[in-house]
Amino acid sequence: MALKKYFPVFVLPTLAAFTIAFAVPFILGLFLSFTEFTTVIDAQWVGVSNYIRAFSNADFLNALWFTVRFTVVSVITVNVIAFALATLLTKGLKGTNIFRTTFFMPNLIGGIVLGYIWQLIINGVLRFFDVTITYDPKYGFWGLVILMNWQLIGYMMIIYIAGIQNIPTDLQDASKVDGANRWQTLRNVTIPLVMPSITICLFLTITNSFKLFDQNLALTAGAPSKQTAMLALDIYNTFYGRIGWEGVGQAKAVIFFVIVAVISFIQLALTRRREIEQ
Amino acid sequence: MSTKEKNMLGRTLIYIVLTVIGIAFLSPVFIVLINSFKGKFFISEEPFSLPDKDTFAGLENYVSGLEKTGFFSAFGWSLFITVFSVLAIVLFTSMTAWYIVRVKNKFTKALYYVFVFSMIVPFQMVMFTMTKTAGELGLDTPWGIVLIYLGFGAGLAVFMFCGFLKSVPLEIEEAAMIDGCNPVQTFFMVVFPVLKPTAITVAILNAMWIWNDYLLPYLLIGSEYKTIPVAVQYLRGGYGSVDMGALMAMLVLSIIPIIIFYLFCQKYIIKGIVAGAVKG
Repeated sequence: MALKKYFPVFVLPTLAAFTIAFAVPFILGLFLSFTEFTTVIDAQWVGVSNYIRAFSNADFLNALWFTVRFTVVSVITVNVIAFALATLLTKGLKGTNIFRTTFFMPNLIGGIVLGYIWQLIINGVLRFFDVTITYDPKYGFWGLVILMNWQLIGYMMIIYIAGIQNIPTDLQDASKVDGANRWQTLRNVTIPLVMPSITICLFLTITNSFKLFDQNLALTAGAPSKQTAMLALDIYNTFYGRIGWEGVGQAKAVIFFVIVAVISFIQLALTRRREIEQ
Repeated sequence: MSTKEKNMLGRTLIYIVLTVIGIAFLSPVFIVLINSFKGKFFISEEPFSLPDKDTFAGLENYVSGLEKTGFFSAFGWSLFITVFSVLAIVLFTSMTAWYIVRVKNKFTKALYYVFVFSMIVPFQMVMFTMTKTAGELGLDTPWGIVLIYLGFGAGLAVFMFCGFLKSVPLEIEEAAMIDGCNPVQTFFMVVFPVLKPTAITVAILNAMWIWNDYLLPYLLIGSEYKTIPVAVQYLRGGYGSVDMGALMAMLVLSIIPIIIFYLFCQKYIIKGIVAGAVKG
C-alpha cells in the first residue's frame, strides 16, 4: 500500500513529540533512579540505595499511607453517590437536565482553583471551632475527600447515566414481573448490566485519587508538617525541596508508577471479568 | 394511600433531594463570588455572610488581583497553549492512528502498545527528566510546550482514534486511492470527516486537561509565561501574607470563562465524556 511510504508525514511528528516528552524522559528516569545526580550529566551509579532510602523515608511512607486511605474513601463515596444520583436522574422525571448540568459543572474547574475554593469554605466552618484546616491532618484528609467528591461525582454520574440508559427496559420489567423487589432488581439486573460503566468509573476515580496533586497543593500544601502530603506532592517536594535527594525523588517516582500500574491492571482485570456480554 | 398518590409523593421527594444537592453543588462558587466583593480583611473573618455597607469593597479586589497576577496575559497564554496543543493533538494523532490501523506490521503494533502504555504513567515519573530534556532542547517556550503536550496527549488520543478507525470500512478509502488520491489527500478528504465525532471527544478531553494543568507549565515556562493556574498559585505562594481579596477575585475570573464555555458546549462536552469513557 502506498501509505507505508508516508511514514514521515503521518507518524513522525507525533512520534518525535512523544519521544521528547515521554519516551526519553521515561527511560532516563528509570536509569537515574539507580544513580545519584543533581543535573542529569553528573549521574553516578549507586544501585538500589535510592530505593532503600525511599522506603526508609518517613515522609514517603506517611504519604503512601495517606494516599491509600484517601483513595479508598474517595473511590467508595464518589461512586456510591454518583450511582445513586444517576438512578434518580434516569427515572424519566421531567426537567432533570438542569440537575445533570449542575452536578457536572465542578469537574471543569481546575485543581488549583478548586483547592482554594474549598480552603475558604472549610476554614470558614472550622472558625466556629477556632482552628484552621492545617491544625490537624484529619481536617486536611476530610477536606480533600469532600473536594474530590464535589469534583468527580458529576463526571462519574454522567457515565453511570449512559450505562443505565443502555439497559433494555424490558429486562427491568421482566424482573418486576418475576416478583423481584427493588433491591433484587438493582443487584441482579441493573448492576451486572452497568458493569462496563463501573469498570471505567472505578478506573478513573482510583487513578485520579492516587495521582492527585494540584488539589493537595492548593488545599493544604501538605500542612501540618507534611502530614497531609500525598505521594505526588511528596515526590515533588523531594525533587525540588531537598538538594542531594534527586535520586531518591526519582526512585520514589518509579515506585509510584509501579503502584499505579499494578493497581490499574488488577482493578481492570477484576471488574472486566464481571462484565457480561449483552 | 393509592399508588398514584404514592408516586406523586415519591417524585416530589426526589425533586426536593435533587434541589438540595444542587444547591450544595453551586454554593461553593457562590460563596467565592460574594467574598470577592468584600474587603480583604473581612473574608477570613466571616466568609458566609453577604457583603454589607461595612464590608463591601466594590471592584477593589478585582483591580488589585489583576495588577498582581497579570491575569489578562495569563488568560492569553492559557488560551494560546490550549488551542494550539489541542489542534496539534487532534491533527497529528489522528494521522498517526490511521497509519497504525492501516499499515499493519510489527512496528506499528509495537508503536500502538507503547502509546497505550504511556497513558498509565503518572506525570511525576517523567517530571524531572522531561523538564530537563525540554529545557536542553530550548522547548521552554509557549510553542515548545505545545510540542510537549502533543507528546503527552498522544497516548490517549492515538488509543481513541485507533479504537474508532478499526470499525471504519476500507472501501471508501480504497475507492479514493483508485481515483488517484495520494494518502494525504485521502486522509483529509475521506478519512478525517468520518473521524469528526472522535475528534470532538479528543479535543474536549484534552482541552479540559491542558486548560487546568498546573505543574507542567509551571515547571517548564512558569517563570516567564504564566497560565491561569500558575498565576493563581503565584498569588498564594510568592510573598508573606496572602491577599484574600485578590485571591477571591482571581478565582471568580478563572471560573467565568469555564462556565461560559460549558454553557455553550454542554451537549458536546457531556457526549464527549460518555464517548471517551466507553472507548477508555
